[in-house]
Amino acid sequence: MSEIHAQTVSYVRETMLPEQEPPVTERGAIKWVRENLFSSWLNGLLTLISLYFVYWVLSHTLGWMVYGIWDASSLSECRAIRDELYGEGANVACWAVIADRWHQLLFGFYPAEAYWRPVLALILFGGALAPILFDGLPRKMLMLSIAAPFVCYWLLWGGTIWGPAAVALGFVIGGMIYAYSQSIIGVLGATIAAVLVPILYWLFLAGPIAGALGNTLPIGINAIGSAEFGGFLLALVIGASGIILSMPLGVVLALGRQSDLFIINKFSVLFIEVIRGVPLIVWLFTASLLLNYFLPPGSNFDLMLRVIIMVTLFSSAYIAEVVRGGLAALPRGQYEGADSLGLNYWQSMQLIILPQALKISIPGIVSSFIGLFKDTTLVVFVGLSDPIGFSNLIRATTDWNGIYWELFIFIGLCFFMFCFAMSRYSQYLERKLRTDHR
Amino acid sequence: MKKSVFLGTLAVAGLAAGFASAQTLAEVQARGSLNCGVTTGLTGFAAPNASGEWEGFDVGLCRAVAAAIFGDATAVEFVPTTGQTRFTALASGEVDMLARNTTWTFSRDVDLAFEFVGVNYYDGQGFMVPRALNVSSAMELDGATVCIQTGTTTELNLADFFSSNNMSYEPVPIETNAEAQQQYLAGACDVYTTDASGLAATRATFEDPSAHVVLPEIVSKEPLGPLVRHGDNEWADIVRWTLNALIAAEELGITSANVNELAAGTENPEINRILGTEGDLGAMLGLDAAWARNAIAAVGNYGELFESNIGENTPIGLARGLNAQWTDGGLLYSPPFR
Amino acid sequence: MTAMTDPPNEGFRLSQLIYDTRYRSMTIQAVAFMLIMAGIIWLANNTVQNLSALGKDFDFGFLWSRAGYDINQRLIEYSNDSTHGRAAMVGIANTLLVAVLGCVLATLLGVIAGVLRLSKNWVVARLMTFYVEGFRNIPLLLWIIVIFAVMTESTPQPRDFREGGTASMILNDTVAITNRGIFIPNPVWGEGSGALIAIFLASLVGIWAFRRYARKLQEQTGQILPVLWVSLGLFFAPVILAYFILGRPVTLIYPELGGFNFTGGIQVRNSLIALWIALSLYTGAFIAEVVRAGILSVSRGQTEAAFALGIQPSRTMNLVILPQALRVIIPPLISQYLNLTKNSSLALAVGYMDVRSTLGGITINQTGRELEGMLLLGVFYLITSLIISSAMNLYNNSVKLKER
Repeated sequence: MSEIHAQTVSYVRETMLPEQEPPVTERGAIKWVRENLFSSWLNGLLTLISLYFVYWVLSHTLGWMVYGIWDASSLSECRAIRDELYGEGANVACWAVIADRWHQLLFGFYPAEAYWRPVLALILFGGALAPILFDGLPRKMLMLSIAAPFVCYWLLWGGTIWGPAAVALGFVIGGMIYAYSQSIIGVLGATIAAVLVPILYWLFLAGPIAGALGNTLPIGINAIGSAEFGGFLLALVIGASGIILSMPLGVVLALGRQSDLFIINKFSVLFIEVIRGVPLIVWLFTASLLLNYFLPPGSNFDLMLRVIIMVTLFSSAYIAEVVRGGLAALPRGQYEGADSLGLNYWQSMQLIILPQALKISIPGIVSSFIGLFKDTTLVVFVGLSDPIGFSNLIRATTDWNGIYWELFIFIGLCFFMFCFAMSRYSQYLERKLRTDHR
Repeated sequence: MKKSVFLGTLAVAGLAAGFASAQTLAEVQARGSLNCGVTTGLTGFAAPNASGEWEGFDVGLCRAVAAAIFGDATAVEFVPTTGQTRFTALASGEVDMLARNTTWTFSRDVDLAFEFVGVNYYDGQGFMVPRALNVSSAMELDGATVCIQTGTTTELNLADFFSSNNMSYEPVPIETNAEAQQQYLAGACDVYTTDASGLAATRATFEDPSAHVVLPEIVSKEPLGPLVRHGDNEWADIVRWTLNALIAAEELGITSANVNELAAGTENPEINRILGTEGDLGAMLGLDAAWARNAIAAVGNYGELFESNIGENTPIGLARGLNAQWTDGGLLYSPPFR
Repeated sequence: MTAMTDPPNEGFRLSQLIYDTRYRSMTIQAVAFMLIMAGIIWLANNTVQNLSALGKDFDFGFLWSRAGYDINQRLIEYSNDSTHGRAAMVGIANTLLVAVLGCVLATLLGVIAGVLRLSKNWVVARLMTFYVEGFRNIPLLLWIIVIFAVMTESTPQPRDFREGGTASMILNDTVAITNRGIFIPNPVWGEGSGALIAIFLASLVGIWAFRRYARKLQEQTGQILPVLWVSLGLFFAPVILAYFILGRPVTLIYPELGGFNFTGGIQVRNSLIALWIALSLYTGAFIAEVVRAGILSVSRGQTEAAFALGIQPSRTMNLVILPQALRVIIPPLISQYLNLTKNSSLALAVGYMDVRSTLGGITINQTGRELEGMLLLGVFYLITSLIISSAMNLYNNSVKLKER
């Protein structure tokens, strides 16, 4: 090629050698396998063990699942079909129980013609959460978030629209008093009035108002009692209302635990530690067996509501700890900055501290929600028909007595899909928040 | 804490159940439906079907009481209760009556302050073993591993039975019937013990029922009956006499098919009194004159109820046994309607 | 002449209670205290009224009456003639047993899974992700039930061990794995076994002393002793030697099949194993995430700096990475241990007789003393939680970065 140079400086190569293929062990799939699976003897051993484990599990379950029978109306029919298709005693799943009863596992006893109501409520709930969870959305949607609990309640339980409306009015009254009467009776007076007046209103006025409006303008949908709730609907209602109702109490407890007022601090710590120190199942039994003892003689409301109350108290302690983490994570300068602006305690909390602290607490709150949602399975021990409870009811019918795994697999998959999506969201949020702060 | 209790009370004021006081009938009538406590699922006795309606032997009794009060057998709210929560649910007024496989015992009647109004099923604790074990009597069970459902009288009976016969055993307590069944079939216990009716129901659903035998020994008396709270005798009377009406109806040959025909008037004065064409038994209970007629028309007489839910033509296939009329050698004996 | 004016010398006015920050906090606390007390009195008053309306009293006497039911799994002596209080103690022992076992295994699983999840091995990392996500996102109750059922389905019944059966005992016919539990040989402590135990304890002390000495030597001179091998030697050698010198004081009774079941050996029941494994796998998945976060929190520069100083990889892990990661790991680990202990109350689902099933289950059910029973149960769990969290906090304080 370049002969001149070759003559002058014989040992310098002027041109590149043509590029060679990497050796076979260093390219394509083999390279990937070598680097990722068999980089050392320990790694190779682990790979083989893992692969054997996967093979072992699949070989025992895959056929059972894939050849499962979907179309039958009872277990005995399922067995008859199986004997016909695969021979006597073959080991296959009977998914027909899911096809036959999936609506009960999802909705419980909720009337079939009203299934649109919980679905709509769920969509509305998602829509209401969206502006809180994703901050790209217009702030106006927050109005929807405020209205959503009342609308969802009305959709789920039905009845006259005036009941939830009259309750919501109480919050409006409180907010108005707080906003407009500060100039007249001062901040403290306004705060006290904003708490007291709505309570008095709810106690004495809300019922008659709702009744009167209901008589004159009967707008409403078919009322559905708590006893009809079941399956995943029940789990979601308990989980979601537990988290939402516990937010205010949780924030107050977190502030109380940070407070330097001795009594308030100690009571908050006591409350949080007692709730967190005792398992949920004990609290649920307290709700089902003991709550009636603690309330005025004669008062009595249904088990689902008692469970929601207990779950709310329970999760408020956990929310308090999450929010406390958020409060502690805020740089000290934020507190000092608020003080230096001359804001009082409540103003600084409301305008500076809590908005930031709650924002960084959202991943923690989402994980609490996942935990709580999973823990709703424990209500089966107090006789509520959650998914596991309903699976017991389904097994008690003569059609499906004797079926076991199929129901658990379906329930497990549903829980997994929901919780996995939530946990992915909270991880995404954590990543996003981390970049915000660097 | 107070705030959320308060808000909850308020928000669901419309759903609140009635007060636990002495006017149960008035409350039930005001509410428009009967709250009836049932099990969290027991084959043949209480379970929801594919369209969510409760069915079963105990459920039938609830429906009969609802029919007697309202003339409408669907005016019932079924409240599933576990072995642990049932008594609290009744005592607190969450349910008006329990029709839930509850054994009538002294301490429940006296100490826990409930009123058993009768017996709708005479049961007893039995044992089921795989045929392959070659056991023919419960006396041969020394050293066996026994699956029991917790939270019932069965575990006490079991302890008494084995210690009084100087035998040892290993209890395996299980929370639900479904798990007990699974454990037993997998051979994790040699024996499954529960009420004989439950054993029959469980055995009927096995792939091969003939591979399991129910041993002849019945080691306890389990009179299962509906119960109400102490202190409201009017209400107890309604439940008691609805049950008695179903039993008497079978004795007298009143069925859901012929009840309307018989209600036109018959030669038998007792039938006439039950069906309200003679006398005023309904008014004495504070109910409509057609109370028993409605109950029988809704669910049939005791025999029909038995046959359609747990009888020999159902998969459960229980024989009448002790639950036959006294005229057929059983224990069912309704006091006279007069 | 002074420019400053004295502060207005007024007496105490009532409005100062609200408007003066010096007194306001007192006012708020006093009001809060009164409200809370009023609430408590209200609840107590309701309880008293309700109890009297039901004709019940508040009495712990039931703890001394005969229980009448049997418990299969018991660490302390118990029969159906024992008292309800005794049954509660059996339950407490069982709860603590499964909690301790669970914490140990969960930590082990969690550390392994957390480390493997960071592994470069694709299959292993995926499998661990699958494990962690699966257990984190499906309710524990479901896992407990399923693992219990899988264990009973996949292991042979005692019947299969009979002549001509399909199963046989393992480890030279000393251990039987059945679907009622694992039967292991039962040691019989003969004469001289006290001395054996004493020697074993002494060797433990020896190991501890040697490790102390080795560390001190390393800190002073830099000389490194083979700690691991010496410890292992100290652990086994004296005991084995003494065992033969003393003339085999401990003998084993092997389980053998008799009647319906194995007899003779120690039975580790399936309910205990299933609950233990389920709790450990579930909590292990959470601990894996904690461990992973802890390891990731130690910056890569630390490893590189250690290598640059010429520290071996294994010592880098022990001396540089782990101490720093531990500070991040310990606090969430404490709450996982607490969760595991509380979650052990789901034992009921597999029929393991923990305190929730004895005191909070059968006893309450038989005596109708739900108020007293639940109160005792709550107090027990509360005390346990407080003990665990304070013990772990002590440890945490000892490994915490000391700042001034």
